Amino acid sequence: MSTTATIPRRRRIHGRRRVAQVCAVIGLFLGGLFAGLPILWMLSSSFKSNTEIFEQPPRLITENFSLDAYVTILTDPVKVRFFINSYVVAIAVSLLSLAVASFGAYALSRFEFPFKKQINVLIISVQAVPPITLLIPYFGLVVFLGIYNSYAGLILTYMVFVLPYAIIMLTGYFNTLPRELDEAVAVDGGGRVTTLVRILMPISLPGMVSVGVYTFMIAWNEYIFALTLTRTDDMRTVPIGIQLLMGQHSYNWNEMMAMSVLGCIPVLILFLIFQRYFMSGMTAGAVKV
Amino acid sequence: MTSAEAVALPSSEDVDVPGPAPAAPKQSSGRRALTPYLFLSPTLVLLIGLMAVPIAMVIAYSFMKRAITNPDTSFVGLDNYLAVIQDPSFTVSLVNTLIFCAVSVVAHFVIGLAFALLLNSDLVPVGLRVAFRAILILPWLFTVAVTAVLWRMLLSPNGVINYLATNAGVVGAPIEWLSSADLALPAITFINIWCGYPFFMISLLAGLQGIPQDLYEAAKVDGAGPVAQFVSVTLPQLRPVIISMALLDFIWTSQQFALIWMTTGGGPINATEVLSTFTYKLAFASYDFAEASASAVIVLLLSTILAVLYVRHQRAKE
Repeated sequence: MSTTATIPRRRRIHGRRRVAQVCAVIGLFLGGLFAGLPILWMLSSSFKSNTEIFEQPPRLITENFSLDAYVTILTDPVKVRFFINSYVVAIAVSLLSLAVASFGAYALSRFEFPFKKQINVLIISVQAVPPITLLIPYFGLVVFLGIYNSYAGLILTYMVFVLPYAIIMLTGYFNTLPRELDEAVAVDGGGRVTTLVRILMPISLPGMVSVGVYTFMIAWNEYIFALTLTRTDDMRTVPIGIQLLMGQHSYNWNEMMAMSVLGCIPVLILFLIFQRYFMSGMTAGAVKV
Repeated sequence: MTSAEAVALPSSEDVDVPGPAPAAPKQSSGRRALTPYLFLSPTLVLLIGLMAVPIAMVIAYSFMKRAITNPDTSFVGLDNYLAVIQDPSFTVSLVNTLIFCAVSVVAHFVIGLAFALLLNSDLVPVGLRVAFRAILILPWLFTVAVTAVLWRMLLSPNGVINYLATNAGVVGAPIEWLSSADLALPAITFINIWCGYPFFMISLLAGLQGIPQDLYEAAKVDGAGPVAQFVSVTLPQLRPVIISMALLDFIWTSQQFALIWMTTGGGPINATEVLSTFTYKLAFASYDFAEASASAVIVLLLSTILAVLYVRHQRAKE
């Protein structure tokens, strides 16, 4: 790898490094095809007519470029509603879990108290509980609470799943901030909530953003609870909408691809904007925990 | 807990503790002891109400005769568990889950490590590395529902994959990848590999960037070539990350539901049935909530074993 870089004296090594460089670029390129081609195919299919999608030989770039599939979806109130539902649920989950997790993380970062260790273990172990185990009691619980087929049911469910990650991440961020900050606020007469809301939360913006993006993604992509805890079309989210489309129209592939593209856009945009924050947060969370 | 309300109160040490005006230091220290719990209360209410209680509920259901559907339930001991374990579909699901997870995790690791090494290599110009990092991470950002629909299109009998495979002479005639009893499990495993490797890649990339350069310098002085450096420096340094990732990935992959449900639904004839689809069908297709609960508890126990291993590993690292 980098060995030959610093001792390029002899030409033979130069030559070998050339070969290695070419191989590395080819490797990346093949990887790019593996990752990217299916996605390009989705994009290209969304602009095709349904018959053209399975035309032989297949063509990546269509001559009859058409936005019909997108128009069909964006003018259908049922399908637009799937998107609205997903946005409402994902944004609510992000904001609410940031609020709840900040308070929890503040306690875990700034206080020593009995059962702290046990609470930490509880928070960490929650991440390993399989969704399928919770699905059956949730179904009963959500019906019992009268929030079956509502935003509240989905939002509460998703919050439980994202909270552990959010708390672990934010506790890590708060731990890096000096306690002198808190003391300064206390001297100025600020209470603990003031310290948290006015000082710690704004300073931890990169952490807050990466947690927010992550929770949005989880909520936007969730499938099994969205499937089980909602019943009517006006409460369905995008992943279920895509599946409904698959069942209904005996394979309008171009529409399904257009809906898929639209369904990926918010996550992709968030990721592109916040990539830097997100990657560092993600890896910190994954590696440290 | 509304912050605005608390902020509006006259400020003092324990301003956010509701109750009468501050009194003797003794009492105040008692309140101070409560403060962390107040901050944690929304979290604890959610986690206990929506995690501990449901787990207790599902365990209770699993010992009952008819859960949820019939209010007139009676305790039946381990009957539901015996019924589940004796169900041949359960054994098939368990084996399928193990194959699906083992192959996925190994492939995620190998592909993730290969790409991470390329993305970290100074053989590739920086601009290219940044561009490819964005491309290589894409599959991970896709909603499972989208991944499922996309691959159903690509793998359909008259889809692109079959066109390429027949033209290259790999297969004689187009194949129904997802509805063939022999190929469906490999096919969904492949799809899962496609959408899961970036998580490994990103974590390993971070791990690689954290390896001190002087370790490589020292290895070079000792005359180690690229391969020897990889084996004696890179791999040992990445070991903790690799083990954490592998355990996490195994936990998550064993819980995969949406991808399988939307591509094969567990079929054809149980060929891709995994523990999650098996349990889901018991509950929401057969409405046998009691047996489904027993199955769900078994899944929970298996996950717990993995989780304990994971937590132990994390502790050992610290």
